[in-house]
Amino acid sequence: MSNLSLPQAAAGNGGFEPRIVAFFCNWCTYTASDLAGISRMTYAPNTRVIRVMCSGRIEPQLILAALRKGADGVLIGGCHPGDCHYQVGNYKCLRRFKLLKRYFEQMGIEPERVRLEWIAASEGDKVQKVTNEMVEQVRKLGPLNLAEAPKPHHQAAACAVAAEGAVS
Amino acid sequence: MFMENKASDGEQPRVGVYVCYCGMNIASKVDVEALRQFAEKLPNVVVSRTYKFMCSDPGQELIAQDIKEQKLNRIVVASCSPLLHDATFRKACAKAGLNPFYFTMANIREQVSWVTANSAAATKKAKALVAAAVARVAMHEALEKKRVPVHADVMVVGAGISGIHAALLLANAGKKVYLVEREPSIGGHMGQLDKTFPTLDCSACILTPKMSEVKNHPNITLWTLSDVQEVSGFSGNFKVKVKRNPRFVKLELCVACGQCVEACVFKEGRVPDEYNIGLSKHKPIYMPFPQATPASVLIDPNACLKLSRGKCASKCVEACDRAAIDFEQKVEYSEVEVGAIILATGYQLFDATKMPEYGYGKYPNVYTMIELERLVNAAGPTQGEIVMRDGRKPKRVGIIHCVGSRDKRHHPYCSGVCCMVSLKMAHLMRERIDAEVFNFYIDMRTTLKGYEEFYDRVLHDGVNFVRGRVAEVTDWAMTPGEEGKLVIRVEDTLIGVVRRIPVDMVVLATAMEAHDDADDVRRKFNISCSKEGWFLERHPKLAPVSTFSDGIFLAGVCQGPKDIPESVAQAGAAAAEALSLVDKGFVEIEPNSAWIDADTCSGCKTCIPLCPYHAISRDEQKKVAVVNEALCKGCGTCVGACPSGSAQQKLFTDQQLHQEIEGVLNYV
Repeated sequence: MSNLSLPQAAAGNGGFEPRIVAFFCNWCTYTASDLAGISRMTYAPNTRVIRVMCSGRIEPQLILAALRKGADGVLIGGCHPGDCHYQVGNYKCLRRFKLLKRYFEQMGIEPERVRLEWIAASEGDKVQKVTNEMVEQVRKLGPLNLAEAPKPHHQAAACAVAAEGAVS
Repeated sequence: MFMENKASDGEQPRVGVYVCYCGMNIASKVDVEALRQFAEKLPNVVVSRTYKFMCSDPGQELIAQDIKEQKLNRIVVASCSPLLHDATFRKACAKAGLNPFYFTMANIREQVSWVTANSAAATKKAKALVAAAVARVAMHEALEKKRVPVHADVMVVGAGISGIHAALLLANAGKKVYLVEREPSIGGHMGQLDKTFPTLDCSACILTPKMSEVKNHPNITLWTLSDVQEVSGFSGNFKVKVKRNPRFVKLELCVACGQCVEACVFKEGRVPDEYNIGLSKHKPIYMPFPQATPASVLIDPNACLKLSRGKCASKCVEACDRAAIDFEQKVEYSEVEVGAIILATGYQLFDATKMPEYGYGKYPNVYTMIELERLVNAAGPTQGEIVMRDGRKPKRVGIIHCVGSRDKRHHPYCSGVCCMVSLKMAHLMRERIDAEVFNFYIDMRTTLKGYEEFYDRVLHDGVNFVRGRVAEVTDWAMTPGEEGKLVIRVEDTLIGVVRRIPVDMVVLATAMEAHDDADDVRRKFNISCSKEGWFLERHPKLAPVSTFSDGIFLAGVCQGPKDIPESVAQAGAAAAEALSLVDKGFVEIEPNSAWIDADTCSGCKTCIPLCPYHAISRDEQKKVAVVNEALCKGCGTCVGACPSGSAQQKLFTDQQLHQEIEGVLNYV
């Protein structure tokens, strides 16, 4: 799935281009995505990376906010287990992530719209692979449209917004 | 919407956006002019410019001038990764009188132009990232970097040539150095080599003076048979716990006279000698090698009858008139504080049995290169006489390059040194025993100073060169001339013929590879490994001896294959980096620590057990959580968990991150 270029990608789901917000930790995954750049590994242009110091900083509210503000999926990248620059932040992230996925199921949002991956600083190719996979996956799911469609089908949207303050 | 809010500090943000061409690195993919125009229309943006190289002096000057003339109070530079140039532009802001933390970067090179195939998509992505940066920077606050005093001592882990050189440089500069080595003697692989290329210096002759200098240096504390157990703290203030295994011989008393070794109840050696790669055996009490430093014998507790079974006549104790032998020695732990750590843990050699087609371990006369180094060495198992395992002297020798290197089944990388080692060995075999030598190579890599000249010299020595990867080493003779020989089957790619070349001795130039436990070691020091297992440098070009953990530096082969001069040069660089850190007297800490809003904190204590640094405690009087800023390392885990949003992290506040999310989604 390497070197996914835009025209091919657009052929998938009626020209739908997923918008994906990615939260990458400074020490492993953000560095890996820089490495992917230095190594000129082309990948799908749909992700928008937001750098945080540690995946432990990522809270459900941020993920929900991204979805509410128009993202179709959220990708989180942290250090491999045991490798966290801050010892255990990635475990805390994992814990919240598992809870959030269950919450997603209950709210009718496909849990596949969020993905947590451990990507080490040396794994530029994994950034490429995971990004491409994620874009394809969300493309298959179609747009989320939480922001403008609080219809019965999308009641989850309203709940998600309301829940922002409640889940941690 | 946050966007309409005033800036966090109340004043109206006046943002300057600077889009960098980075020569053609960005401009060839991203329409920088369109990006500039897009940025101009974003909220709060007063100035939007492009420039060829923003990081250049004129580029930085552009920012400074606008800060003064346009009264800018927020700066966004859209260029490369913040990991590369954040500091550069912060300084430029500070120079113009703006607090450097009113600055942020949009990474449109590593994360956009270099990874996006389509130009329109790249420009769109770049716009989103710039919008996010503009949205975020409005919420920035003026911050101060904290200064923390540093500990002036340095630890060097690994005492091969790299560790030795780094330790000596630092010690000579007046720094106290802890040199930790897990083997009984310092010296590393270099101590095992016979000659060094291309000058054919005797390896031991140039190494041992440095070894004894280490031993006698008043500023160096040498711990052999020791391992780093635990590292805590941070740049400038590390605490390191070192496990020191017993030698069962008192170092301060032993003079390495060898009487105890003579006296040992075992009359012959029984333990394969590591220094001689198992080509000889030593007794349970032994001297690692004649020039071992510290110059002291030691006892192998698994082989010694007294230590393993509790009963032995202990002749060694009787023989030692200095009473240096001490069976009661136990493992000791030492804890020290250091400001910087240099890792010089070296490498191991590829296990040649993983390539059964070359017959190592099956045919006694197949050797690895390091074994041959010991064989030709005057202090080696045969006192320098080149005799094979079957007692014969080789008349024809085949040297196979790239064993385990440049091989997708094993290590795809080039080990860099094996061509030169193989040439050196070919030369020695010609010189010492006048053997007929065949070198089997894929490409000849003799790139550094004096190396090509050495290759030329060996070509004229009468060494035969066959270009091709050897398919097989076999003892299956097809002609009478091959009887009793090892036959090397190879496609000679220069003449396009498959050849069978019978030889007496086969030598495998095995790859350098990362230690099996490299992954455990790097975890202790909180650094990363590259795919191949080498320790990862901070930047391949500009920070080749630094790591992602400030204060931890790399020297020698632990960072990647290199030869002795390169290792020494890198050790010098690492020593200079360490010195510049500890000599400065303080470190500046990125102001990204957490704080807790006492007005909204409910005192639920959720954050307290989450903090890996025990930086959060509860103020029992006010019934709120309090962050000890000196202990906080700025991960933000407490912020992510706070149910009331009272915990916040500087530079990564909720507001800033929400603005960034909105920025990447709402404007493109």
